[in-house]
Amino acid sequence: MLELALKGSKRYWMWISFLIVLIGIGALAYVNQLMVGLETTGMSRDISWGFYISQLTYLVGLAASGVMIVLPNYFHGYKANKHMVIFGEFMAIAACIMCLLFVVVDIGQPSRMMNMFLHPTPNSVLFWDALVINGYLFLNLFVGWTCLTADRAHLSHPKWLKPFIYISIIWAFSIHTVTAFLYQGLPGRHYWLTAILAARFLASAFCAGPAILTLVMLVTERVTTFKMPKNALKTLVKIIAYAMCVNMFFFALEVFTAFYSNMPGHMHPLVYLFAGAHGHHELVGLMWTFIGLAAISITLLVTPKFRNNMKLLPWTLVLLVIATWIDKGLALLIGGFNPTPFGTITPYWPTGKELLVSMMIYAIGALIVTILFKIATEVKQEVGHSQKLPCGCSTEDGCNCAEAEEKTEEVLAEA
Amino acid sequence: MKNDRRTFIKLAGIAAAGIAVAPKAMASSGQSPVKVNANAVHAKHWAMVIDTTKLHTEEKIAKLAEVCHAIHNVPNVEGNKEVKWLWSDAYAHTFPEQENPHLSEEVHQRTFPLLCNHCENPPCVRVCPTKATYQRPDGIVAMDYHRCIGCRYCMAGCPYGSRSFNWGEPRKNLDLEKLNPEFPTRMRGVVEKCNFCVERLAIGKQPACVEASEGAIVFGDLRDPDSEVRQVLRERFTIRRKPTAGTEPSVYYII
Repeated sequence: MLELALKGSKRYWMWISFLIVLIGIGALAYVNQLMVGLETTGMSRDISWGFYISQLTYLVGLAASGVMIVLPNYFHGYKANKHMVIFGEFMAIAACIMCLLFVVVDIGQPSRMMNMFLHPTPNSVLFWDALVINGYLFLNLFVGWTCLTADRAHLSHPKWLKPFIYISIIWAFSIHTVTAFLYQGLPGRHYWLTAILAARFLASAFCAGPAILTLVMLVTERVTTFKMPKNALKTLVKIIAYAMCVNMFFFALEVFTAFYSNMPGHMHPLVYLFAGAHGHHELVGLMWTFIGLAAISITLLVTPKFRNNMKLLPWTLVLLVIATWIDKGLALLIGGFNPTPFGTITPYWPTGKELLVSMMIYAIGALIVTILFKIATEVKQEVGHSQKLPCGCSTEDGCNCAEAEEKTEEVLAEA
Repeated sequence: MKNDRRTFIKLAGIAAAGIAVAPKAMASSGQSPVKVNANAVHAKHWAMVIDTTKLHTEEKIAKLAEVCHAIHNVPNVEGNKEVKWLWSDAYAHTFPEQENPHLSEEVHQRTFPLLCNHCENPPCVRVCPTKATYQRPDGIVAMDYHRCIGCRYCMAGCPYGSRSFNWGEPRKNLDLEKLNPEFPTRMRGVVEKCNFCVERLAIGKQPACVEASEGAIVFGDLRDPDSEVRQVLRERFTIRRKPTAGTEPSVYYII
């Protein structure tokens, strides 16, 4: 099926070339990092993980989020999601690959990377994280590709695939839980040492992930003939709304525990993040931006009038993605390392080279998403699934375009 | 004998089994090629007691750090990407949870030596994905610099900030004229830290900082009730860093 990605419009190839240029520029920065070491980054003795690992943390959420489309379809027989499932799975593939790449660029001796599997260490959560992310990547590739091949041949999805699909649904929860365990359970890192961290990770994944997926799907609708069925989209946006509320509720639980208990260790990171400590205020503005954007996006999502406004929705989702990214893709990591084991603050900010390397990985992710979505939409067009009707509906919506058009013509004639 | 496929597979199977077993069999038959130094000192669990009433100024500790860093070829990096095995800091940073606003002025003004605590229950060993950092039977938490992939999980795991990472080429920050040829230098991209001078214990010497401390640091076997370490711990009031972390440090401070 890969050949479907080799034929495309001029616009498609321009986009591909653009991504390849970005990858090339980022690769130069990475080669530089390989030659001189991680001293090209802004990390330090006190902040030993930085932008790379925090992006891994955020993107694992994106990988796990596809399950919010897959699960209703397979566990609840919610068939409105049927033709969206493949996009959730393909998004997960790209996200898993980005996660693994972020691990690769973060380690000091990438040539020894296989030590992780040559000397398997069950006591290290990092070993398990590598295992579950690779496993999830494999499951999604396998399930997604098999289903799409069957679709293209006008066959029903093979029955033997079912166990793999069920495993992949449960596996999705595991990848984010294990990634949370990476942080959770480290003595002396109070911002991470909380039993609710894994739950917080899942909640933020299930709002941010589907939000990113929806935004990508909205772009896909513009450049292809695919059209999201209205019910599937509505359900997804409701899931985003609930998950975001739960996400912020969990965050409030953290704040309560820290401040009502009055434990200095637990309060210190929150004070540093939201008010500044020891004369350091690097993240204060960003943290309040996160709270503000979270409040706005929740207001817009829980109000049906705003939630169903398709013009407003993309902006709501963008706000939500920015808010969750500040919280989980940046502050979670910096707040975990600050205060340092000495009770001091060491500010961290990624360097230009670090950002270029990250850009390379994001561009690789975008390239994978583009190619996989191109294949998926081409197949859907071939077999006529979820195609856009002239009136803007999807073929899955059961809306009668001819009737709608007649009415428009009548109105025009009367005028 | 008829050379058919069946015979071939049989023979190949036997050969493969032999190749798999041979190295183990050879290793278990003879004596180990590595001989333990006759003078080596051993303990069930090495521990250190630092008398901060004697060792409490930056100058004194800097002298020890200098000796330690020189014999272990520790690079001298400026700024927050520094590498250090032994260093000093204020009371509030050494014992952040054990501070109070009315602390004895004299104690408050002391400077405390810091190093790897060689915990009995080390979180760095727990989190390492490649067993590059491991605990020896004598309690010393050691590093295999050739195994380390540089993931820095141990640095996140250590509640004492005792580990350093070689962000750049360490030899760039070493005086190559003054290298100690008896201890390796590191490569970039690996974590390093204090090793309780295992290489000196192996030839019967005390750790370098103990030797240079002029009696302010006592080193010995924590499991031996008659050891000097245990005697000091019995007689003097001592504390350890961050007891709440549950790591059971093997470095004790006399206050």
